[in-house]
Amino acid sequence: MAASILRRSLLAPRCRAGDVAALHSGPSRRRAQAPGPIASGRKTVKSPAGERGVAPWVAVVGLEIHAQISSNSKLFSGSQVQFAAPPNSLVSFFDASLPGTLPALNRRCVEAAVMTGLALNCSINKKSLFDRKHYFYADLPAGYQITQQRLPVAVNGSLSYSLCVGGKKNQMATRTVRIKQIQLEQDSGKSLHDDTRSQTLIDLNRAGVGLMEVVMEPDMSSGEEAAAAVRELQLILQTLGSSQAIMAEGQLRVDANVSVHHPGEPLGVRTEVKNINSARFLARAIDYEIQRQIKELENGGTVINETRAFDYKLGCTIPMRDKEGKQDYRFMPEPNLPPLILYDTKSLPANTNHQQVVNIDWIRERLPDLPSVRRVKLVEQYGILPEHSFTLLNEDGLMEFFENVARQTQMSAKKVIGWILNDMLGYLKQHNLTVQESPVSSLFLADLLNLLERGTISSSAAKQENTRPAMWLHETTLLLFFQGLWQNKNTTLI
Amino acid sequence: MWILRCGRYLRGAPSGGASYWGGLSPGSRFTQAASGGSDGRQEAAGDPRRRGPKKVTVEVLDHLERLALVDFRNWEGVQRLEKAIQFADQLHAVNTEGVEPMDSVLEDRCLYLREDNITEGNCTEELLQNARETVEEYFVAPPGNIPLPKLEERDTFLQVSE
Repeated sequence: MAASILRRSLLAPRCRAGDVAALHSGPSRRRAQAPGPIASGRKTVKSPAGERGVAPWVAVVGLEIHAQISSNSKLFSGSQVQFAAPPNSLVSFFDASLPGTLPALNRRCVEAAVMTGLALNCSINKKSLFDRKHYFYADLPAGYQITQQRLPVAVNGSLSYSLCVGGKKNQMATRTVRIKQIQLEQDSGKSLHDDTRSQTLIDLNRAGVGLMEVVMEPDMSSGEEAAAAVRELQLILQTLGSSQAIMAEGQLRVDANVSVHHPGEPLGVRTEVKNINSARFLARAIDYEIQRQIKELENGGTVINETRAFDYKLGCTIPMRDKEGKQDYRFMPEPNLPPLILYDTKSLPANTNHQQVVNIDWIRERLPDLPSVRRVKLVEQYGILPEHSFTLLNEDGLMEFFENVARQTQMSAKKVIGWILNDMLGYLKQHNLTVQESPVSSLFLADLLNLLERGTISSSAAKQENTRPAMWLHETTLLLFFQGLWQNKNTTLI
Repeated sequence: MWILRCGRYLRGAPSGGASYWGGLSPGSRFTQAASGGSDGRQEAAGDPRRRGPKKVTVEVLDHLERLALVDFRNWEGVQRLEKAIQFADQLHAVNTEGVEPMDSVLEDRCLYLREDNITEGNCTEELLQNARETVEEYFVAPPGNIPLPKLEERDTFLQVSE
């Protein structure tokens, strides 16, 4: 994927729509074969210039991730949190910033932030403070956002993630990225741009929804690493329940800070890439930006510290308008909110209303098994390979499906995993179905595998059943059919 | 409240006031204020008004107008600002070594935690009544921020050189 981006950037140094369209035709792509590979997932990113004796480039990628907290009501007001509702129907007077309204902190949002902080190995600040970040935009009715800039709720954590490395991409390497801080902040409303009438329509349903901003240190060096880290964070948030983290619904938003430099030299100027709407585009956007910066610097230009938006249709980043000069947010303490005090069992004062107290130890005891722990348990319990455990957890519902089948069949788990990952998952992907939408239930597959184990049917027959869609009509009919087969032991289905 | 911090910035400036604003990252605001303040305290320990009324530069005024959308209107407005800064500078007479800065008079109160229940919303019509222009239950706004034109292109009293 990185190689194709390089080819595109060779032909179109300034990303113009006409050039990109020309790229998509076959012959031009073949003509522009790039000499030398791009090593992704490693510290050094080689450009073709590297072949000519220029020093290799190292990319530095830092992420700022905003995760919408899964709660019934908003961070500072009692209006509902819901995706896709009639415009401005989930807005309270505080969200609309009418005078005389005050913020009231939602306990559930605090617990979500503490849970996430503990899961990411952060130290939880027992005292954290709220600040105002001022800037003018139509979807921010108050003119400021309440955030935690001075003293956030959690700091100094780490996130471990794995990615496929090696020539055949079949070895798993574990990397770690440091988490600088996790803070609570308000979301802004939504603006719909109506270019024909030269106006913007504002919907404040999202204004005031609680967000957790996870700030990562710039420890990553490629789009692939960033995508793997975000995927792992997504799984962790979904396991904890603190956020549903669905990127398509805007519940997980990622901004990437990208810069390049030669190893040993000081860090280069960074640009911020916004408007990345899916995990798929995240890797592409970052890789494009890395290549763009390398090309710019090798052509004698400079990288401007700016904000760029990723255009997924063109596959490139374009500068965003506005932004004259550096933004001065004029941070000030939020005068309407005293410091947030969290307790643990030792510091818990006696005779307190438990509804007014958030106990870190209580939350820590109730943390569910994180994805990394679940993977280890799968490997230990079923004897499958670590790569398999990754695929099982990556696909929503697949782990439960696998465990159900393994429990109900006599076939060994190591053989079952092959059926699940190759045949089942292959079939689902081919027909664009989720595990929940699978026409084959775990019970049916377990029975099928049992028949296979006992030698009643051959594996080619079992595979056939998995690929012929017409046969999915009635599971009990099929079961009877197979039981009929059992009587004629040598029959195999073609 | 930010006038106090504004005053600290202007007081400690070795060169012009404009250089402060340009190079700052949002996070450094408080640390810079603290160090600027302590410098001021050391120098002015016995003489709070040693530096004298410092002139606010035109660049800083233009920046303030652009950032806060405040209109100083004429030099009288600027003088009022300078007097306010002077007034706040009297705080430097107090030795606050080793004392945590105060955020607000309510900072020792308990932060009330609200239960996660839906208690508000569903007042679309009421909210839209406040807007001059609405389209199908949406508020209407201009297509983007309309920034103040550059100083040279504006018709403002700040253009008159001092």
